[in-house]
Amino acid sequence: MDEFIVISLIKVLVVFAVLMTTLAYLQWVERKVIAHIQVRPGPYRVGPHGLLQPLADVIKLITKEDLVPPYVNKPLYLAAPFLAITMALLSISVIPFGPTIEVAGHKTWMQLTDLNMGVLFVLAVSSMGVYGIALAGWSSNNKYALLGGLRSSAQMISYELPLSLTIAAPLLITNTLSLRELVEKQSGGIWNWNIIHGGQIVSFIVFLIAAFAETNRVPFDLPEAENELVAGFHTEYSSMKFASFFMAEYANMITVSCMATLLFLGGWVAPWPAEYGSSLVPAVIFALAGVIALYHAANAARSRDRKTFPVFGVVFLLIAVIFLLPMVQSWLVPLFWFCAKTGGILFTFMWIRGTLPRFRYDQLMGFTWKFLFPVAVLNLLVTSFVVALVS
Amino acid sequence: MDVILFLIFAVIAVVAAINVVVQTHPISSAISLVGVMGSLAILYLLLGAEFIAAAQVIVYAGAIMVLFIFVIMLLNAGAEVKKGQSTMALFLGLPLLAGLLLVMCWYLQGWFPAGTSVVFGGFQSAAANAAPLQAGGSAREVGMALFTRYLLPFEVTSILILIAIVGAIVLARKEME
Repeated sequence: MDEFIVISLIKVLVVFAVLMTTLAYLQWVERKVIAHIQVRPGPYRVGPHGLLQPLADVIKLITKEDLVPPYVNKPLYLAAPFLAITMALLSISVIPFGPTIEVAGHKTWMQLTDLNMGVLFVLAVSSMGVYGIALAGWSSNNKYALLGGLRSSAQMISYELPLSLTIAAPLLITNTLSLRELVEKQSGGIWNWNIIHGGQIVSFIVFLIAAFAETNRVPFDLPEAENELVAGFHTEYSSMKFASFFMAEYANMITVSCMATLLFLGGWVAPWPAEYGSSLVPAVIFALAGVIALYHAANAARSRDRKTFPVFGVVFLLIAVIFLLPMVQSWLVPLFWFCAKTGGILFTFMWIRGTLPRFRYDQLMGFTWKFLFPVAVLNLLVTSFVVALVS
Repeated sequence: MDVILFLIFAVIAVVAAINVVVQTHPISSAISLVGVMGSLAILYLLLGAEFIAAAQVIVYAGAIMVLFIFVIMLLNAGAEVKKGQSTMALFLGLPLLAGLLLVMCWYLQGWFPAGTSVVFGGFQSAAANAAPLQAGGSAREVGMALFTRYLLPFEVTSILILIAIVGAIVLARKEME
């Protein structure tokens, strides 16, 4: 029992620290990605390639004046950001990142807790997340904030239907509600993943579209459409309260990307079995990155590249060597595949933000009720017929 | 541990339920109702009915109450002024409430013979004697019960809801014309 508590505490600390760092750097990555899509360098001043920009942003947000307007409904105004961030961070606790890990003789799962209804837990928590946004909009006593809150709650209720229906389809195939078992049933290779094995490509796409709307991202970011609503539901928030909404949005993005990975892309399962060399892929990728960095250090275009690029090259080569060590390979390689898949989906989020314009509000609602919802129902019906026929 | 958790969340549920009635502003009442739903879900969880708990949060706290709050926000309903309270209600209210509670207690006492007590995690501990994966509150068990023993009530309920939806649309149409 004591061992369980200690291990759980350590796991909570590790996951929390990693999640917070990821949240901060995800924003840097997003700014960089969008900048490069728009052919500009993006953050570049703070640290090399703007790498210390998240730190600067955190200092700015903490030291900013925390303003509470006199006309707000104070209890709800103060509770709303807490609600948003709590619900956003809570769902990460059931996400499994990899198989078992053994540290100093203690064997444990790379997951905070395995509920046998993990999928339902994520759904329940994410459905509670809308309160943060709706109450923020209402309690601000500001017409733009109210419109943002209204749009957000209507949008989230509407898109939750196709989202839940598309989650149900892979669950029918794997016949479990536990996220860990879900991944274990997809093990073997890419042909066993739900997206290929169950033919769930339609539900994967519908899930992604609904996830964009659930996280209020472009092209469905109507709740905070800056050119019509100032800043939408968080117009009246400043300093850390604004930061919590910001972090909640990114944490929700991470959660839905993890869910898509677990449900459709086989979680931490490699695309092909280890005996055909899939466990060498991360080492090869990092070694290639290291060699490229060293090559550019040798033929440096700028004088400072002669100093920075060798450092990056050596770091990448070291990481490549770590991936080859047999004692860490059993959990590091699955973790790599999980992060790679989740990162790929997160990149899609940014890519689409950089390329698509925003929907009109009636188009947004018509799209989900007249197109996404019927498609999701049809997909679920077909899947259940196939499952019933096969089993 | 179970008993402590039960007491905490039972008290939260009751206080929030009273708060629903006491609050003058509709949004505050609705938030209190969310609190009631949430603590009810935890009480279900304590009894081992995990699927019901999840459904409670997803359907009631997550969907229905969001709709409530959405409508309140849309209509921009303000705080209501308390008026027209009769003196009879003031004097008779408390004794009548106490009387009602006593009658309910008496009835409940009659249903359960002396000595029966609530078993926390009851479904699961009963299932531990039987077979694994047979926990009464799991999604599997609820689904089996719904689609075998209670199939007719289940289908009738869904038709009832469908009728309600069609009725709502018909009523809304009439007002628009």
